[in-house]
Amino acid sequence: MTAFDTSSNEASVLRQVLRSRSLIIGLVLSAVFIGAALVSYVWTPFDAEALNIPTKLKTPDAVHWFGTDHFGRDIFSMIMVGARTSIAVALIAVGIGILLGVPLGLASAARSGGWLDEVIMRGNDLVFAFPALLIAIMITAVFGPSAVNAIIAIGIFNIPVFARLSRGSALSLWTRDYVLSARVAGKGALRISIEHILPNIMNLLIVQGTIQFSLGILAEAGLSYVGLGAQPPIPSWGRMLADSQTLITLAPHMALFPGFAILLTVLGLNLMGDGLRDLLDPRLRNARR
Amino acid sequence: MSLLQIDQLSLAIHGTPILRDISFDLDAGQIVGVIGESGSGKSMTAYSVMQLLPEGSRTEGAISLNGDNLLSLSEEQMCSLRGDELGMVFQEPMTALNPVKSIGDQVAETVRIHRQASRAESLRIARETLDRVELPADRFPLSRYPHELSGGQRQRVVIAMAIALRPKVLIADEPTTALDVTTQAQILKLLRRLVREDNMALMMITHDLAVVSDLADDIVIMKSGEVVETGAAKTLFQSMTHPYTKALFEASSHVPDRALDSDAEAAPLLQISHVSRDYVLPRTSLLASPPKFRAVNDVSFTIQRGESLGLVGESGCGKSTLTRAILGLEEVQEGEILIEGEPVFSGHEVQRSVRRKMQVVFQDPYGSFNPRHRVARLVSEPFHLLDTQPGSAERAEAVADALESVGLEGSDGRKYIHEFSGGQRQRIAIARALIIKPKLIVLDEAVSALDVSIRAQILDLLADLSDRFGLTYLFISHDLSVVRSITDRVLVMKAGQIVEEGQTDAVFDNPQHVYTKSLIEAAPRLPDLPTELTAKLATQNEVSI
Repeated sequence: MTAFDTSSNEASVLRQVLRSRSLIIGLVLSAVFIGAALVSYVWTPFDAEALNIPTKLKTPDAVHWFGTDHFGRDIFSMIMVGARTSIAVALIAVGIGILLGVPLGLASAARSGGWLDEVIMRGNDLVFAFPALLIAIMITAVFGPSAVNAIIAIGIFNIPVFARLSRGSALSLWTRDYVLSARVAGKGALRISIEHILPNIMNLLIVQGTIQFSLGILAEAGLSYVGLGAQPPIPSWGRMLADSQTLITLAPHMALFPGFAILLTVLGLNLMGDGLRDLLDPRLRNARR
Repeated sequence: MSLLQIDQLSLAIHGTPILRDISFDLDAGQIVGVIGESGSGKSMTAYSVMQLLPEGSRTEGAISLNGDNLLSLSEEQMCSLRGDELGMVFQEPMTALNPVKSIGDQVAETVRIHRQASRAESLRIARETLDRVELPADRFPLSRYPHELSGGQRQRVVIAMAIALRPKVLIADEPTTALDVTTQAQILKLLRRLVREDNMALMMITHDLAVVSDLADDIVIMKSGEVVETGAAKTLFQSMTHPYTKALFEASSHVPDRALDSDAEAAPLLQISHVSRDYVLPRTSLLASPPKFRAVNDVSFTIQRGESLGLVGESGCGKSTLTRAILGLEEVQEGEILIEGEPVFSGHEVQRSVRRKMQVVFQDPYGSFNPRHRVARLVSEPFHLLDTQPGSAERAEAVADALESVGLEGSDGRKYIHEFSGGQRQRIAIARALIIKPKLIVLDEAVSALDVSIRAQILDLLADLSDRFGLTYLFISHDLSVVRSITDRVLVMKAGQIVEEGQTDAVFDNPQHVYTKSLIEAAPRLPDLPTELTAKLATQNEVSI
């Protein structure tokens, strides 16, 4: 069986999904948060941005399920809307990473050993050397803090990840006989990359995309925490944590719920990524049997 | 009583029957050749003896070693037998050794585990064993690492690991399949010597009749999980009662019917003159210019239109580099490659009109196709070379024609490549090469990965296509018998140079160069048959497997 041969009929795919516990847990957790984010557009228990000082710092009860914060805002509603911010930032950032990183990686592999490869990969090393936080601080210093700048910072950070992944796996595909016969058929590097390389690294990209998505959510929370992400009054998980810091002994629930939201989302996406890798990578699939 | 007795062994994995009623014996000092094509269960028989079966396996029957039934032993008891009483040699010497451990440590490990010997003692035994497999201490100290050794030397280390404790039974699973013919001959000689010295029983598993015919005492022929014929090697080939044995024998020595080219107008199709190709090696010092390796050295030859030319050589001789140069995949530094008088490379580019004239079929039927495309798309890929792309109806018709001409259904184009067997995939690869009606088809070890019966069919197909379409073949292979059966002329290549060239029969019957002689000498040969049997086989035109 060849390494990239991912042939199986739909019934057996479904069976494998059901057999993989981590994939199911991951799917459920991710679905809950994505669902919460979508529902927040049409309905939240309270207005997430409405201040209501008289009901501030309430512990969880039947009215405010997760309690209220120091301005009396409903934490459950804030988490729902915050999920929206987190998911949007991470999703667009991963999109930037894939749209720019994958073509760079493929070009690099197609011209492996040439000057283009050198330039792209050394450029990658340069970007890799800067943490997302540092990039965000630099961008903020120039343009001021906002969710858009957080997206750009995390997106830039994602580019080398996808460039490396696609270059590495494309390099091994370039030695395949079917790539050789495509070259004998006179196809150029661009066509071969699109027709033969890209479809065969798709599963790796999907898996990596899921994992980068979870890292993106974590990074967004980190940036908001230090005040470089979404600005008030837009709720975000990272800033909810930051707000709770001074009140941690007085109102621990203010830290607890956004903390768990971040934890469970990241956990869910990671489990889903692992599960998908098991499912999509035939080498692992055969090893498990 | 025999040393190792396999008695009515049956094996099922996850309920799928793999082996049925396998019975044969192995005596001390005896070599038994177990022969079969892929899927015949020969390796699973070996794994049953070693009890290295995959999860979900159920065995029935008995395998007894010195009267103990191996099937009833616990895993712990088997562990103490493996490596001690039972040794095993695997096919691929590249993966059978741990690259980060020295060869001495790897051989000594077996000794330490079983004998609880001290490090010094086990290393001493390792040294002795390496000497016995002809890896002398002055050239192969224990501190050597696998990457410093050639394939044949690695296989010797693997054999040393298996025989370090002088096992009673040695199982060799295709031990020479990954090796060149001259290396293969040496390894076979070594195995024979070790069997004699240690009075060991050797179970030799192979797909190659010729390899075992002069090595084995007894032969067991397997087909789809069953033993179809057993007997002493000397008499088995003379009698051959089972039709499968006959078919296997015929396929192994199959010579396709080829129309002789009487109308050869001797027009050169491909002219190669003084071609050399250097590869730059990594720098050895900062200041010196990096050293070069000359893979192809001043090679010249011509292929005539309609001819079938063989290019023979062992791994590393430069034949792949030459192939890539001819196909216009890599440019050469010196010399000229002309196809129909046109240079392959013109200004570092390959013109489509040049590429249209040649196509290629690769060795590995599993790696030659993008698994994500349908067969029709795979087969029609060379249409990219045409100046005007055919319409979809025309394209579909051409695909169906090409598939039918290689003996598949036109409707197979809708399927994905994983739905086909290795032999069918190789037919599809040939269809892909045929579709734009090239002048030259380069067959790069195109039948080397196939079972003998499939190989015979593909050779017949190639001969037939050549007659029908007037194709010219460049047939690159390490397998002398195949080259002999399908080519008119042959080139022998060694260390980047052509050392001998001539009519195939003349070269094989009367080799001039020392290297050609050693190649032909080393190639395993099928035994000669009594004349009446040869005549009987000759009447079976079709390979009926």
